[in-house]
Amino acid sequence: MSALLEVRDLQRWFPVKGGILSGTRDHVKAVDGVSFDVRRGEVLSLVGESGSGKSTIGRTVLRLDTPTGGRIRFDGHDITDLTRAGMRPLRPRMQLVFQDPYASLNPRHTVEQIIAAPLEIHGARMNAAERRRRVEEALALVGLLPQHASRYPHEFSGGQRQRVGIARALITRPDFLIADEPVSALDVSIQAQVVNLLLELREQLGLTILFIAHDLAVVGHISDRIAVLYLGRLVELAETRSLFTRPRHPYTEALLSAAPIPDPTLKRQRIVLQGDIPSPLNPPSGCSFRTRCRYALPACSASRPPLREVAPGHFKACIRDDLVLAADAA
Amino acid sequence: MFPAPSDEVLSVRNLSIGFRTPGGILPAVQDVSFSVRRGETLALVGESGSGKSITSLGILRLTPPAPFCQVRGEVILRTPDGRAHDLLALPEPEMRSLRGDAMAMVFQEPMTSLNPVHTIGEQIAEAVRFHRGLGKRAALGRAAELLELVGIPNPHRRLSNYPHQLSGGMRQRAMIAMALSCEPSLLIADEPTTALDVTIQAQILELLQELQQKTRMAVIFITHNLGVVAEIADRVMVMYAGRVVEQAPVVPLFKAPRMPYTQGLLRSVPRLDWAGRRGEKLAAIPGNVPDALAPPSGCAFAPRCEHHRPGLCDAAVPPLEASGADHDVRCVRWSELLPEAAA
Repeated sequence: MSALLEVRDLQRWFPVKGGILSGTRDHVKAVDGVSFDVRRGEVLSLVGESGSGKSTIGRTVLRLDTPTGGRIRFDGHDITDLTRAGMRPLRPRMQLVFQDPYASLNPRHTVEQIIAAPLEIHGARMNAAERRRRVEEALALVGLLPQHASRYPHEFSGGQRQRVGIARALITRPDFLIADEPVSALDVSIQAQVVNLLLELREQLGLTILFIAHDLAVVGHISDRIAVLYLGRLVELAETRSLFTRPRHPYTEALLSAAPIPDPTLKRQRIVLQGDIPSPLNPPSGCSFRTRCRYALPACSASRPPLREVAPGHFKACIRDDLVLAADAA
Repeated sequence: MFPAPSDEVLSVRNLSIGFRTPGGILPAVQDVSFSVRRGETLALVGESGSGKSITSLGILRLTPPAPFCQVRGEVILRTPDGRAHDLLALPEPEMRSLRGDAMAMVFQEPMTSLNPVHTIGEQIAEAVRFHRGLGKRAALGRAAELLELVGIPNPHRRLSNYPHQLSGGMRQRAMIAMALSCEPSLLIADEPTTALDVTIQAQILELLQELQQKTRMAVIFITHNLGVVAEIADRVMVMYAGRVVEQAPVVPLFKAPRMPYTQGLLRSVPRLDWAGRRGEKLAAIPGNVPDALAPPSGCAFAPRCEHHRPGLCDAAVPPLEASGADHDVRCVRWSELLPEAAA
């Protein structure tokens, strides 16, 4: 399976200015040397806590933001240095679904206007009837009815709004979709509907999806592979089953252990991480997780551990190969 | 009034809360009854609009004043001195002396519930000065003790920090310190971990459980996260469209839920320990939560329910029936659905 998206050593540093006269004082390294591929037809998830850089990666690979360093290739084209005009022919193929279905839909536009907007932006020449047909096709894909096209966002519930947001992303018939926390603003019973919808669409349209989320249970359900981020760096990347049953990075182990499971009879040995995520302005030397890691050795502060393949398809950035970590979710 | 068990801290009887809107009275909470005992954690579970947060605001009398909001029913709080306070009938000054003292609340978003222009120390000290009449210095000393209790390192230094200088998890710890400042008999925690990262959520849940063991306070924990419920609750009350639809101790509720809504909710949550079931469809509940201004007739869940029987379920609102020891369910078909529920 070839890669649709290839990301190599991606960096996105945000300058911190000292004042009007003094120049840049420092950098927040939101993304600092991240490499991964998204294979054609797969769902790859980026998982991490706030400040891990997962949303910045999503925005940068779509070139809504410009990387500080590294390369991004989409379907063989190097898009790292493309201008806005240069990106334009590729945009219909790569679309984004947002987290908040309330903030991401214009309240003064009808659903038809909202969903058809990408067609207009990409200069598709079509008459009103053709446009209407495409809107209805997109609505049908997400389980909405043709008569919904003339309504306004406030007439819909949160789950239905998220369907409108997905329809808007699909109208240009993309092959690559980035979904940034698409279900975390939704109620539990509605989350399941939207997760099912994404799984169906992927099957039906052969979509490649980069799924960005913090909820490991949702991620485990939808992904083929999972990449775990901590402070702007990848700490582990593996197939879903392999990551859940045999995590190899202590941070992944702690994340799995912290995620609550809805079963009151399940007795689990909880690993509670101490402290907070360090400031990305001043990350610890060496391994950035070592300050909260219960397996940390003096050697962990010496140099930054590279992401290495430790089993077929299973990568980790940790020098401790002697650990057998708790497979909590087995 | 029936003689209550001596360790009952809060008893709520037939609480109804309605809001006046241009479209008519919006019944946000209808006929809710429950009680919480000393040392017990009651989880209030429901989706947005189910009335779980409004119930807690009603108990603390923090809902908007009449005529915009009507609160009916009876809420009795028992303080350690043996007195029973009829909260809905108390004059406001007495209510103020109970809030933050005998009963306290922790909210979802610690950034919006802390005052950004006062230091953490001042904000925690305020409660002890008001309720305990301590002087400024003694109150700040108590505030430092409380910060230490909730696991904030360098508590004396943190007293002079402003909320924006703390991380999200630290802010929530400070909120909890404030809530616990007068050793409340009842703590209401409204989605206290929803805005936090999972590793920080785990810290806060552990802290709340530890503190509850020390103080034996009663806790009402409001959440939509069933995983969190399974970890902290002794008893669970499920709300849907303003009404209690099921109430039971935590294990029977998760292992043998009797209301089709509870069953559907539990089935629709992806679980971490289901990694092998990747890509399978989740058992989603179809449809949406009903419009509170135009509720369906009869059972509010009927339009989304797979066991819905026309003519039966939409005839009248089903009563909340006792279906076993300490297990109540609001469904006219619960007993005929029983074998399925057990399967």
